[in-house]
Amino acid sequence: MSRYELRFSGAGGQGLITAGIIMAKAASIYEGKQAVQSQSYGPEARGGASKSEVIISDGPIDYPKATTVDALLAMTQEACDKYTHDLKDGGILLVDSDLVKNLPKGNFKVISFPIINTAKTDVGREIVANIVALGAMVALTGQVSRENAEKAVLSSVPEAFIELNRKAFSIGYERALAASA
Amino acid sequence: MAFDYEKFLRPGKLPHIWCPGCGHGIVMKGLIRAMDTLKLKKEETALVSGIGCASRLPGYIDCCTLHTAHGRAAAFATGVKLAKPEMNVILVGGDGDGTAIGGNHFIHACRRNIDMTYIIMNNYIYGMTGGQFSPCTPTGHKASTTPYGNPDPGFDIAKLAIGAGATFVARGTAFHANQIDKLIVEAIQHKGFSVVEILDDCPTTYGRRNKYKSVIEMMNRLKEVAVPVKAAEKMTAEQLQGKVLTGVLYKDDSKPEYTAEYAKVIERATAAK
Amino acid sequence: MSKKVAFLQGNEAAAHGALYAGCNFFGGYPITPSTEVAEVMSIELPKIGGKFIQMEDEIGAMAAILGASLAGSKVLTSTSGPGLSLKQELIGYGCIAEIPCVVYNVMRGGPSTGMPTGPSQSDVMCAKWGTHGDHPAICLTPASVQETYEEVIRAFNLSEKYRTPVMVMPDEIVAHMRERIVFPEQGEIEVVPRKTPTVPPEQYKPYDTSFGDVPPLAAFGSGYKFHVTGLNKMQDGFPTTKAEIVQAEEERQVRKVDANVDDIVTFEEYLLDDAEVLVVAYGSTSRSARYAVNIAREQGIKAGMFRIKTFWPFPDKQIKALAGKVKGIVIPEMNLGMCSLELERCAQGKTPVLGIFRVDGEPINPDQILDKIKEVK
Repeated sequence: MSRYELRFSGAGGQGLITAGIIMAKAASIYEGKQAVQSQSYGPEARGGASKSEVIISDGPIDYPKATTVDALLAMTQEACDKYTHDLKDGGILLVDSDLVKNLPKGNFKVISFPIINTAKTDVGREIVANIVALGAMVALTGQVSRENAEKAVLSSVPEAFIELNRKAFSIGYERALAASA
Repeated sequence: MAFDYEKFLRPGKLPHIWCPGCGHGIVMKGLIRAMDTLKLKKEETALVSGIGCASRLPGYIDCCTLHTAHGRAAAFATGVKLAKPEMNVILVGGDGDGTAIGGNHFIHACRRNIDMTYIIMNNYIYGMTGGQFSPCTPTGHKASTTPYGNPDPGFDIAKLAIGAGATFVARGTAFHANQIDKLIVEAIQHKGFSVVEILDDCPTTYGRRNKYKSVIEMMNRLKEVAVPVKAAEKMTAEQLQGKVLTGVLYKDDSKPEYTAEYAKVIERATAAK
Repeated sequence: MSKKVAFLQGNEAAAHGALYAGCNFFGGYPITPSTEVAEVMSIELPKIGGKFIQMEDEIGAMAAILGASLAGSKVLTSTSGPGLSLKQELIGYGCIAEIPCVVYNVMRGGPSTGMPTGPSQSDVMCAKWGTHGDHPAICLTPASVQETYEEVIRAFNLSEKYRTPVMVMPDEIVAHMRERIVFPEQGEIEVVPRKTPTVPPEQYKPYDTSFGDVPPLAAFGSGYKFHVTGLNKMQDGFPTTKAEIVQAEEERQVRKVDANVDDIVTFEEYLLDDAEVLVVAYGSTSRSARYAVNIAREQGIKAGMFRIKTFWPFPDKQIKALAGKVKGIVIPEMNLGMCSLELERCAQGKTPVLGIFRVDGEPINPDQILDKIKEVK
């Protein structure tokens, strides 16, 4: 089966649920695949550890939650500690290099770059760090094309922020390619 | 010619369940006269109640009647009114039903200022269940569950309604029968949430526990404590000790009415579409 | 023309399903994890001239929709466990006064506040036994976003057809997960209108059984005037304590559902033809079950799944028939054994019922179900 599992994790308020939704939307609406997005979160609207999971497949998806994760994004140390236990051997681990210092033991393909700082300095707004991260995840996982992912991003953000998000996505995509080269 | 109450009564539904000496029938007659004065169409009038002696009133009146669950009249009625704002919606019930179990719905109906009229028959007791104390039973008085005297302070329903945002609040008594329909007429005409508290008597479960020798004595008490608002203006605090104000206690025409406000929400939503 | 598609959450799909079914009144109270339904309805209803009201509490919300339904609206409320407990009082009112309404309840951990964001399936018994007294119960348990949309439409249809409250109960996973949804065209899915009186107002009785077990319901403000009460009532709507009338009316109310089980009960049979191990599942747990059944088949185990779509009335007939054919029944559910009791009742000792019960806020994963399938000898 072609089941591919992604997990976007970090702190509440970092926009990771949104990032997961856009990834799943790219796959199911634009890429012609099937996708399910789900999430778990604590009582905090801001802070705490939060995760958003996306399952992508060519066929119907039964179990909507992750079993063994193919690719994982961790935007905080807490999320990295809490959510990497079921990352599969050889799986992709993308972390924010400023915030995640202790990496889990295991045979993972680790890519790290300062995601939030990239959003702040290169894109100009910290708030789009989730889209920078999404761009990077799209580049690293290859589950959806760059074009379809960009379409999903642009259809999910308010009109006034389209250019900002396009830039964030693009920079994230490029940075991940460079970091994994 | 005598007033024809029958035209608003459902045939075959009398006698009512109320005890001899109970004031609820006086209130019902007042409501009928008010409905007649305003020429309310029966098919376009909903009479909504909760549970209790007073809440049995809708069963006798010939219109759209809804006898809901204990305390829930205001919430059911809110649904009826919002769904069909063109209907006249009148609520009736007792003090326990309206201010204890239904207290939350009551204050929020006041707050929304939804165009309905709520007639609360306050007889200071849970009559139907046999005379337990209500939120309106005076401190020290006896009820079947306050055998040593009621330790609870009571609500002032009118003040509660005003504080919660009702825009028309009046008070009458079952003794002052001829005033009841006038207060109800004014309440129904008012565009907003109107509360009419009628001080009532329950000889069976309240009177006999609190040393009232007869219904007449209970009615005389209502007569004695009631002071019209106008008259009270000329009285000293000392003279007003132990008295209860009657008449229109509060009226505010400036606050927007809920269903009218919701019509604006619809306008804004359709414009944005 | 290609159909409209969207990527939606279960709760959002529920709201859109309600709108498709003609819902024009929503009364609610905020509660995790069902609030998205109220949020969508607050946006969409006023656009079509419908009414949305956030009430002061859960009971008030239930009361408001019942009042609005009597005034002729098609009504919805949404809630979750603690809210469902509060609403039970007036769900009973809806049953005895026979007022159509749809109660959408997202199952979260309980009892009490429990785990507000954790998934659960522990409200299914509450759907049938929550309100006191004998009463009809219809409860649907969808397993996907698309199905949530469609089952909410069916809930409206059933509630109008049988003039009784209907519950839709997704678990938190189904309610909060997102999937692609294809919207049906207008007219593609049947929408059942309310049966209204054909007699003139002076002849109208709100519980007139000369029209069958489901009498027509007039709306307040439509020229008809009648009495509605939560007391046991006669055909004209007025209270009675006459033994034979009360008995007959109570039986009729329950019969509306009991005599129409085949019309109401829906289910899915998956690989059952030669199945030796029967997995019975509902809601999101059925997705794990299907996954496990597929793996079991790959490993040569003849497993199959009976997926409950209509939880109440319970698919007694189907389970009784299957129980005689299999070596064992496996029931995974996010509670401590609720559906399991019903299965034992239907299995009548013919086959063992093995439960996987999870109440820790985590979903039941396919491995757990596979392990249990292998325990059936």
